Amino acid sequence: MKKSLLFGLAGLALLIAVPPFLKSYGIYLFSTWLVYVIANMGLNLTVGYAGQKSLGHAAFFGIGAYTVAILMQHGVSFWIGLPTAMLGCFVIGLVLGFPALRVQTIYLAFATLGFNTAVWLVLRNEEWLTGGTFGINNIGRPELLGLSLESPLAYYYFVLGIAVVLSALMWKLLHSPWGKAFTALRDNPIRAESLGIHIQTYTLLSFAIGAVYAGIAGALFASLVQFIEPAPFAVGTSFMMYLMVVVGGPGYFFGPLLGTAVGVLLPEWLRFAQAWYLFVFGAAVVLLMLWLPDGLLSIPDRIKARRQARDASAARAANAAKLGVQA
Amino acid sequence: MNAPVLKVRDLKKSYGAIQAVGGVSFEVMPGEIFGVIGPNGSGKTTMFNSVLGQIRPDAGRIELNGEDITELSPVELNRRGVGRTFQTLQVFGKMSVRDNLIVAAQEHQGSLWSRMFAPGDSGLSAKADALIDQFRIRHVADKKAGELSYGQQKLVDIAMAFMSEPDLVLLDEPCAGVNPSLVGGISTLLKELNKTRASGKKPGSFVVIEHNMDFVMDLCHRIMVMVEGTVMAIGTPAEIRANKQVLDAYLGN
Amino acid sequence: MTDFIQLLLSGTATGAIYALAALGFTLLWQASGTINFAQGEFVMLPAFMMLAFNAMGLPLLAGFALTCVIAVLVLGWGFKRGIADPLLRFGMMPIVVATLGLSIAIRNGVRAGFSAEAHPFPSLFGDKLIHVAGVTLTSADIGTLVAAVLLVAGTQAYLSRTVTGRAMQAVAQNTESATVLGINVPRMVFYTFAINALLACAAALLVTPTYLAKFDMGEGLATKAFFAAIIGGFNNSRGALLGGVIVGVSENLAAAYVSPAYKDAVALVIFMLVILFKPQGLMGKRVERKV
Repeated sequence: MKKSLLFGLAGLALLIAVPPFLKSYGIYLFSTWLVYVIANMGLNLTVGYAGQKSLGHAAFFGIGAYTVAILMQHGVSFWIGLPTAMLGCFVIGLVLGFPALRVQTIYLAFATLGFNTAVWLVLRNEEWLTGGTFGINNIGRPELLGLSLESPLAYYYFVLGIAVVLSALMWKLLHSPWGKAFTALRDNPIRAESLGIHIQTYTLLSFAIGAVYAGIAGALFASLVQFIEPAPFAVGTSFMMYLMVVVGGPGYFFGPLLGTAVGVLLPEWLRFAQAWYLFVFGAAVVLLMLWLPDGLLSIPDRIKARRQARDASAARAANAAKLGVQA
Repeated sequence: MNAPVLKVRDLKKSYGAIQAVGGVSFEVMPGEIFGVIGPNGSGKTTMFNSVLGQIRPDAGRIELNGEDITELSPVELNRRGVGRTFQTLQVFGKMSVRDNLIVAAQEHQGSLWSRMFAPGDSGLSAKADALIDQFRIRHVADKKAGELSYGQQKLVDIAMAFMSEPDLVLLDEPCAGVNPSLVGGISTLLKELNKTRASGKKPGSFVVIEHNMDFVMDLCHRIMVMVEGTVMAIGTPAEIRANKQVLDAYLGN
Repeated sequence: MTDFIQLLLSGTATGAIYALAALGFTLLWQASGTINFAQGEFVMLPAFMMLAFNAMGLPLLAGFALTCVIAVLVLGWGFKRGIADPLLRFGMMPIVVATLGLSIAIRNGVRAGFSAEAHPFPSLFGDKLIHVAGVTLTSADIGTLVAAVLLVAGTQAYLSRTVTGRAMQAVAQNTESATVLGINVPRMVFYTFAINALLACAAALLVTPTYLAKFDMGEGLATKAFFAAIIGGFNNSRGALLGGVIVGVSENLAAAYVSPAYKDAVALVIFMLVILFKPQGLMGKRVERKV
């Protein structure tokens, strides 16, 4: 635990100290990365810790973004829009959890996919509400205690602050009895039931809480990019979010940080490959999965397992030698 | 006269044309260790799973401390004080042994909302450690349950069922696949657990399905013999050993 | 009314093509538990291969045959040995993400290496207009429908009537028992991957003339194939044709009678209803949850 805290603080220090030296595109990139980290933290809870299948996470991202944008269009403050988005996502997330009680694994994945498609269709077609394919323009940025957040750097620190708070809350949740219940639900739902763990309740909650995180991320995203249209909230983004969580390491606390870096920052760094950069990215993901099916953060566990296996066979060999027998 | 902890009346369950359980009735008294034996296919596991809410019986009535529990789910049964172990290992492989035990009882502490803010161990560390010592697995208490040997995992599995101090524990073949040297240890443990409960409540009752005859005869107060979905005999180990019908059908000469 | 029949028939033709992609997708899942999110690209890539052969001067069918061979090698054997075999034992997540990565790679590989434009694709059946009972159909519609139905029916027949096919079904239903019975499970699984590759090639040959060859043609096609597979029955291959036809027809009817913007919505609603109330699909067998 202490090592992760140290890493976390060191990382945080870098995230605070470095951006003032970056150009505004760099700051924008890191802000985007943070926004997706928040969304993926939610998905990591649903998929990584509670073992559910969710290929529709971008729908909540979109619901959060559009809720805030539409309300702000009508003069409602961001600070009212945000909790509204959170509440809406919580409720809709609960509703999405109900299919999870009825259907298993791959069918659940497809049900969430269908849900995302439905939401995207509404976002794209209901022009009177969402602006359709023309989207919503001129989304403002909130003020925080009288301070303007218009500048890229100010908004970046705002997003960073929220990300830190949300991470701390997630950490607390995962280390509370709820965290154990989620893990039990993931690893052995039948045993969990026989121990009095209400797997239905925890299933619904895992979807709802995950959705709230995505909703908050969406709200932040709206004010970050200041123009939204339906494309970033389609199934393709849900796939990418799922990819980021799995690549980072599902069920590992810092998984979303790494995975989102791979999903958001890596394609940027690959731009030197020009037209081929996404090909390289896709190939890299395939190779990464082949090498590390449990994600990047499974590396320490694998090293430990290999060391244990080596120690065990060394011990066996030593014992055999003592007995004068071939190992 | 003590009221029975578990009362099963005329339990029936069919799968299509096959009647797995055809009218089984028995009672388990408080503090009793009740064995269930019988050839494979005699309906023991189906009966078990019906009592435990895993399967819905076609007919019959099951009562726990006088309350009708026939239609209740496994979660509801656990809340009312029923625990179980599984024939195939069902521990949480990625959690530590201690965490396995903690999660086995945490849902009995407080409410859903209070649990969100409770400390990670729900105050159950002491109790978990006590069971760990009783089961003599302190040396692996911090390892991930999935890394233990089969026998050790079996012990964790059994310990988990006892964490919430249920009134009734159903054990499905606790000795299956276990090294013969460990069987005696399991028997001793179960006898210890049957004597008292930490909270001072009267001893719990156990229902044990097993094929290991020596284990069953030595451990149980009474034994029920099931053959082809019905009850052939219920009695003390001595009575069952002397029962000619049982000897012919199952125990052999 | 004739409009309705026209939409019905052309929807059936399109649906039959979705059925080809859906059938392969379902077979892969049944035989090996592989979820292939690159299925759309498995259709797109052969389409471009055939274009390339055509550009080199090969007649269409010869190009098709050659593409089939390459597809079986690369998208069948290569995919199985390279991605499916190593990852399947780790559960669903790694294979889903690996095929997502594969789909990104193939799509953008074609885009960068070949072209980002839409290319016309020669039709196997020509463009003759046929008038039957007041309804106008193209020869392509009819030819496609017949070809797709023959292929689906042929695959079903192969699976249920030949020894190999029945062995493949045994593997799909119960891998352990199949091994005990002496069935060479890895080879049967390979045949499934090979059939998927062949069906994808056929789908490419039949669908690309209408939709043109473009690097992103696989995305929409894959979604429709998934819907068709689930609606028809994901744990059973008999439903693929039904599922495909339902998706194809509802798409056409919705575009005409509801609104073009929501043309995908009807198939989506049917899909959601099936998942929630009959997840094994309209023709599937009930899946028991094991204790």
